[in-house]
Amino acid sequence: MSASVLYDAPGPRGKALNLVYSAVALAALAWVAWIVYSKFDSTGQWEADKWTPFLESQTWENFLIPGLIGTLSAFAVGAVLAVAFGFVFAVGRLSQSRFISVPSAVVVEFFRAIPMLLLMMFIYFMQQPLGLDTSVFWAVVLGLMLYNGSVLAEVIRAGVNALPKGQSEAGVAIGLSPGQVMRTILLPQAVRAMLPAIIAQLVVLLKDTALGYILAYSELLNQINKLDGNFDNLIPAALVVALIYIALNTILGLVANFVEARTRRVGHTAGPVGHAEDPNVQTATAAGMPGGNA
Amino acid sequence: MDLISESGSAILTSFGLTLRLAFFSGIFSLLLGVVLATFRVSPVPVLRWVGAAVVYTLRNTPLTLVMFFTLFGLSYQLGVSFDKELLYRNNFWLAVLALSVYTSTFVCEVLRSGINTVPLGQAEAARAIGLTFTQNLRLIVLPQALRSVINPLASVLIAMTKNTTVAVTIGVTTATFVNEASGQMKALMERNSDQILLIFIIFAAGFMILTLPIGFIAGWASKRFAVIR
Repeated sequence: MSASVLYDAPGPRGKALNLVYSAVALAALAWVAWIVYSKFDSTGQWEADKWTPFLESQTWENFLIPGLIGTLSAFAVGAVLAVAFGFVFAVGRLSQSRFISVPSAVVVEFFRAIPMLLLMMFIYFMQQPLGLDTSVFWAVVLGLMLYNGSVLAEVIRAGVNALPKGQSEAGVAIGLSPGQVMRTILLPQAVRAMLPAIIAQLVVLLKDTALGYILAYSELLNQINKLDGNFDNLIPAALVVALIYIALNTILGLVANFVEARTRRVGHTAGPVGHAEDPNVQTATAAGMPGGNA
Repeated sequence: MDLISESGSAILTSFGLTLRLAFFSGIFSLLLGVVLATFRVSPVPVLRWVGAAVVYTLRNTPLTLVMFFTLFGLSYQLGVSFDKELLYRNNFWLAVLALSVYTSTFVCEVLRSGINTVPLGQAEAARAIGLTFTQNLRLIVLPQALRSVINPLASVLIAMTKNTTVAVTIGVTTATFVNEASGQMKALMERNSDQILLIFIIFAAGFMILTLPIGFIAGWASKRFAVIR
C-alpha cells in the first residue's frame, strides 16, 4: 500500500489547505533554523577562523585523515572478521549435530543480547590479565566482530532457511554430503539473496566504530576534541565529522541498493532477495537489525 | 564474593538508572516515531520531506555523535537545559532526548513497513466513507499497522535498551553520582582488575534481565493482538 492510498487526490480546497500546511511547516522550520543560527552566531560558531581550518590541507592531514583511517581500519578489519564469524556460526547453528548447533545458538544469542559497548570494555580490560598488550584497536574490532558477526549469522541462517526445500533435497538426492550441500548449494544462494541485508548490517558496523570514542580509540569522533583543542571549533568540527559519516553510509547504502537491484535482475538464487530494510529480515534478526547500536 | 557485598547496591542502583533511561526513551521514541511516520505518509509534501530528511540524517549518524551533539551543541551552545541547578538531572534528560530522537527514526521506519502490510481495501473503504487523512490514519490504518509490527517494534526497543550504555558519552549519573550500567561497569573493572570476568557476567546478566521480558511480552502480545484476516 503506497502512501497516496491514505488520502484522495486533493481538490481545489485540499490543494489550498496543503499549501497552507506547507507554509506553516516551512515557517516552523525556518523559525527553528533561525534559533539555531542566531544562538550559534551569538557564541561565535560561524566565525570564519573556526571554519577556515577545514580549507587547509594540513587540517586534513593532521586530524581528519588520521581519524578517517582509524574509523575505516576498524571498519574494514571488523567487517571481514564479522562476516567470517557470521558464516561459521550460521553454518554451526544449521548443523544437524546438536553438539554443534546448540553451542553455536548459545554464542549467537548471547552476543546479540549484550550491549556492544560492554563487550568492547570487557575485551579492553581483559587483555592485561591475559598477558596481552592492551590494544584499544582490537577491543573495538573484536567487539564489532562478536556483535555484528552474531547478527550476520542470523541473517545468513535466515537466508538459508528461506531457500526452497527442493534445493537441499536435490543435493542430497544426487549423493552430496550435508557439508557439500551447504557449501555448494545452500550458502552461495543464501549469500546472494541476503547480500543487501549483509551490506545494510555493515552500515550498522560502520556507525558502531564510533563507540571507539568512549574507549579513546583514535577514530573520527576523537578528532573532534583534538580539532577543538587546536582551533576552538567544537561545533564546526562535529558538523564536519557528522557529514563524513553520512557520506560514508550513503556510499554503503548505494552499494546495497545496487547489489539488491542486480540480484533481483540477474538472480542466481532460488531464495527471496532480502531487502536492506525488509521487515521480515528485521524479525529474523530479532534484536540486531534495527540500528543495532550507535 | 566481596564484589557483591561491596558494590552490589551500586550495581543495582546503576541498573535502576539504566531502566529509567530505557523507560522514558521508550515512551518518547514511540510517540515521536508515530509523529515521524505520520509526516512521512502525509499529503503535505513539505512534511514528507522533513520526515525523510530527519530519518535519513539520524539513521546515518552514530548514536555516540548524537549524544555528543545534545551535550555540546544543544546544552552548551544552544542553552537547552532541563534543570539549571542539578547537572545530573540535566544530563539524564539530554540522554533521554538523544536516545528518543535516534530511536524514533527506527520506530518510524518499522511503522511505515507496518502501514504497508494493511490491505489496500482498508484505506480505500475509509476514503469511500469520507474519512479524512488523519481520521483514516488514526482510526483505520495505524491501529492495524501497530498490531502487525509488535515484534519488530520490540526489537527496536531491545536495541534501544542496549543503546542506553552509550549515555556514558555525556556521563549520566544518579543524585548520588552512581553511573548508568556501562560507566559503572568500567569503574568497577578499573578498580577490581582481578575480577573482570565476574563483573562482565553480572552486567551481561543484568541486560538480559532487562531485555528478555520485552521479547517475551512482544511474543505474547503479537499473538494476542494479531489482526485476523
